Amino acid sequence: MDNFEFHKPTSIDDAIKAVDGKDEPKFLAGGQSLIPVMKLDMAQPSDLVSLAGVATLKEIKEDGDTLVIGAMATHATVAESDAVTKAIPSIASMAGHIGDAQVRNRGTIGGSVAHADPAADYPAALVALNATVKTHKREIAAEDFFTELFETALEEGELITAIHFKKPKRSWYEKFQSPASKYAIAGVCVAEYDDGVRVAITGAGNKVFRHAGMEKALSGNFDPSALDGVDVDAGELRTDVEASAEYRAHLVKVMAKRAVKNAR
Amino acid sequence: MGKVIGERVLRKEDTRFLTGKGRYTDDLNRPNQAYAYVLRSPMAHAKIASIDTEDAKQADGVLAVLTGKDHADAGFGGLPCGWLIHNKDGSPMHEPPHPSLVADRVRHVGDNVAVVIAETKAQAKAAAQMIMVDYEELPVVPDITAAIADGAPKVWDDTPVGNRCYDWHIGEKDPTDAAFAKAKHVVSIDLVNQRLIPNAMEPRAAIGEYDPSTDDHTLWTTSQNPHLIRLLIGAFTMQIPEHKLRIIAPDVGGGFGSKIYHYAEEVLVLWASKVVGRPVKWTAERSESFITDAHGRDHISHAELAIDDKGKFLGLRVSTKANMGAYLSTFASAVPTYLYGTLLSGVYVIPAIYAEVEAVFTNTTAVDAYRGAGRPEATYLLERLVTKAARELGIDEVELRRRNVIQPDQFPYQTPVALEYDVGEFEKCLDVALEQVDYANFEKRREEAKSRGMLRGIGMSLYVEACGLAPSALAGAIGARAGLYESGTIRVNPTGNVTVFTGTHSHGQGHETTFAQLVADQLGIPVESVEVKHGDTSNTAFGMGSYGSRSLPVGGSALWKAGEKIIAKGRKIAAHILEASVDDVEFVDGEFRVKGTDKKMLFAEVAFSAYVPHNYPLEELEPGLEESAFYDPKNFTFPGGCHVVEVEIDPETGVTKVVDVAVADDVGKVINPMIVDGQIHGGLAQGIGQALLEHAKYDEQGQLLTGSYMTYTMPRAADFPFFKVGNHVTHCTHNPLGSKGCGEVGAIGVPPAVINAVINALEPEGVTDIEMPATPERVWRALNEAKKA
Ligand SMILES: Cc1cc2nc3c(=O)[nH]c(=O)nc-3n(C[C@H](O)[C@H](O)[C@H](O)COP(=O)(O)OP(=O)(O)OC[C@H]3O[C@@H](n4cnc5c(N)ncnc54)[C@H](O)[C@@H]3O)c2cc1C
Repeated sequence: MDNFEFHKPTSIDDAIKAVDGKDEPKFLAGGQSLIPVMKLDMAQPSDLVSLAGVATLKEIKEDGDTLVIGAMATHATVAESDAVTKAIPSIASMAGHIGDAQVRNRGTIGGSVAHADPAADYPAALVALNATVKTHKREIAAEDFFTELFETALEEGELITAIHFKKPKRSWYEKFQSPASKYAIAGVCVAEYDDGVRVAITGAGNKVFRHAGMEKALSGNFDPSALDGVDVDAGELRTDVEASAEYRAHLVKVMAKRAVKNAR
Repeated sequence: MGKVIGERVLRKEDTRFLTGKGRYTDDLNRPNQAYAYVLRSPMAHAKIASIDTEDAKQADGVLAVLTGKDHADAGFGGLPCGWLIHNKDGSPMHEPPHPSLVADRVRHVGDNVAVVIAETKAQAKAAAQMIMVDYEELPVVPDITAAIADGAPKVWDDTPVGNRCYDWHIGEKDPTDAAFAKAKHVVSIDLVNQRLIPNAMEPRAAIGEYDPSTDDHTLWTTSQNPHLIRLLIGAFTMQIPEHKLRIIAPDVGGGFGSKIYHYAEEVLVLWASKVVGRPVKWTAERSESFITDAHGRDHISHAELAIDDKGKFLGLRVSTKANMGAYLSTFASAVPTYLYGTLLSGVYVIPAIYAEVEAVFTNTTAVDAYRGAGRPEATYLLERLVTKAARELGIDEVELRRRNVIQPDQFPYQTPVALEYDVGEFEKCLDVALEQVDYANFEKRREEAKSRGMLRGIGMSLYVEACGLAPSALAGAIGARAGLYESGTIRVNPTGNVTVFTGTHSHGQGHETTFAQLVADQLGIPVESVEVKHGDTSNTAFGMGSYGSRSLPVGGSALWKAGEKIIAKGRKIAAHILEASVDDVEFVDGEFRVKGTDKKMLFAEVAFSAYVPHNYPLEELEPGLEESAFYDPKNFTFPGGCHVVEVEIDPETGVTKVVDVAVADDVGKVINPMIVDGQIHGGLAQGIGQALLEHAKYDEQGQLLTGSYMTYTMPRAADFPFFKVGNHVTHCTHNPLGSKGCGEVGAIGVPPAVINAVINALEPEGVTDIEMPATPERVWRALNEAKKA
């Protein structure tokens, strides 16, 4: 790991100033993804701007039909939050199954979303729950946010401030965990809205994606059996040392059915 | 006071470990210390066309850059293999060179190419990245199948046959073939015992320090056996005479075998410290541990069992291919031979056995002993085969085992594969384990699980293993290049407390407690009055270290012998002071008593007299009270037992959950049941890890695909139910303690029990075989295949 300058601003403005004009600045949230990447020399930031001192980024609140989770809310906070559990229980449950206790105590929703790991859980929630990513200067729809493997629509120095989720009638997330890392090998988030069902899949492909066939079937009949006839195309899924595309395709369906069954 | 053998004494060492005060090698820093970073091959097989270190030498903070050429020029020897195996035709195995830095060719990812010494670790690492190595790729041999293929590329150009290291056999072929000729049934099996990575919690580390004013060399290293390392550095790699070489293995955070071996970095830091004139420290990064710590297992086997019309075993034929990796690690050659082939009789009467083992080189990390070493592979093969035989013959598997298990009145039992078991009651262990798991009601549990959509299965294994290495003469006769006795010293201090020195090494086993209990019990003093020292060649006479569950049966026996000498001397001292004849002085409950009188002396009083010899038989007896002993075992010890496992499988996902584990182990006399339970728990965790989770996988290019915890699945507490640890012990007949050893039994017995349980669960769906690790995808595929069939 190379040396870097460390900054600890206490406001969003100061955080933005801290990255301004720097060679290769990085925001530091929980450090659960960034620090390992730095240890492997895959990231060599010139400046690390810790967001830990920016209190406003930790806020969680309900705002009409929207649930707002601040970028610096840790997975553990989200999992235990009454507001989240009441508004969208699937998010609390999802957060409670990320990694392990240490990871949940440090890792944040903003960091997870910005890192855009194809096997991360939150991206499925963002896409299924029609979320908007709020940054210090704009709003980005979740579906436009995750662009490619580990790539997002964020610009250099752009700070995520909060995620705005649209409250569904019901929703749920089921994942098949990697026994090693606990990341999703196949994770499926389903959300039912008045105007239809959204299904987002993470872990199985190169980035989170929606499944039109499942959405159509479930919009007609929100029941696990509705998925019986729906095909999941293995051709679009990933094969790696942990699972083949074929197995992932199978798991996607099993997880989707379980998510529908457990939706609340 | 005194009688503490068999007590659950809390571990003395835990105060420092649990409060973060352990002193591991990387915690130690020497004045003016510099740091080493080893540049490793990114390729599995390549010629080093050129290597340019100029930029690295000029980099900030760099003190030296050493390459394979420098290593050769310095005249160092290679890392030796400690066990010579002979081929079937009597010729010796192929032993390739194993330099600490390679000069011309790399043979596995992680092979050592150069070492950079710098002021800081970061500088050393940065400079290493500036070394320009021009690699010319060579064809890669990534696994056993590739190694034995016709026309396979060669890992070593001069292996006489293919990539063969040796071609060994044990038992007798003709009688075994004859047994098969008259068999009613022959059951056969093909299986893979997959490669594992030991993953000690503490990565390897070493500090070398050379003092030119005294010519003393000191090496702090994460070793399970500091004396062995001194011997190997002294006699082979660096030729530093032992009296000028001190090895210290301080607190060591787990080894599981991987820290037995002499590694290149030990040579590199000692050499570098001489070159730069400063102490030099190296600590592995976890990614380096994955590719440079010796791996375990990696066998492919075919086996056949001949059975008569009454369900009695007649003969066993085994053919195994074993992967050595690219180089021969310190004990690699012994693992698939004398620690494996000799165990193939298991707990059964099998009149004729013949086993062939071909060991091959591949472009992978070296493979060596890992928790159980050879015995898990033998047990896995035999217990899978026996369960399969029961299924094919339509005999209950418990019944088939009962018909063939060695009965108590058959001991000592000579197997057809060299070992003579001294004692055991294996069938009783079976009874205890089955009782604990409530075997009788299993089918009800299967039904209940079915109502929840789950497939429940039960599986078992009976095992015996050989540990307590080893009678030196026997070990020598079968190729060991070292003796395998152990040493111990008991130093009674003037006021009666005791410092104990052992040649074994504790890296998680709790010797500081167990050995203290042993000595306290023998001398009738409180456990708190005994301090156990180990791990420093300057304070222990000699010793072969800890592995093969040998510390208590061999090291403990040495201490017991030393204790007997203390008592014998104490009786003479007491006899003099109490004015009695030595024959009339007995030692009971920590007191020297004159038989038939009320005259007595406390142990501490005798100790004091030995150091303040005012009234003392100085004519016949030296003052002081310190005794040493070496103990060379008369035989191996043979722990054994029965492991029963229940699993539930989710047929939708293929996930296997271990829901019950009941074991009955015979580890011989138990000194501290809490520590024994802990050892068994740990072994079970690693054994279940092998059965379900762990797998070191390489791709075609010899790149390790599971080189981090993102993809190499370590077992975790949440993966297990509470273990039901029962026991049924018999006492080892040939050592003074009656103890056999407990460090490896968990990892030896449980893998076949898990896999048998998985197959048992899947059998109603038509599945008859599955390989380790039984991952969810494998289970799912097996179910799909069965559905299609
Ligand atoms: C052992 C382990 C297991 C894990 N298991 C899971 C799992 O099961 N599921 C899962 O989803 N995740 C898992 N993770 C990842 C975890 O959720 C991380 O917390 C997350 O990926 C990153 O969050 P962080 O707060 O730690 O971000 P950091 O590591 O601090 O940052 C990650 C990246 O995001 C950027 N960043 C951080 N905050 C902001 C912001 N507000 N605005 C803009 N950019 C920002 C950083 O600059 C960096 O590039 C696991 C991690 C570990 C170590």
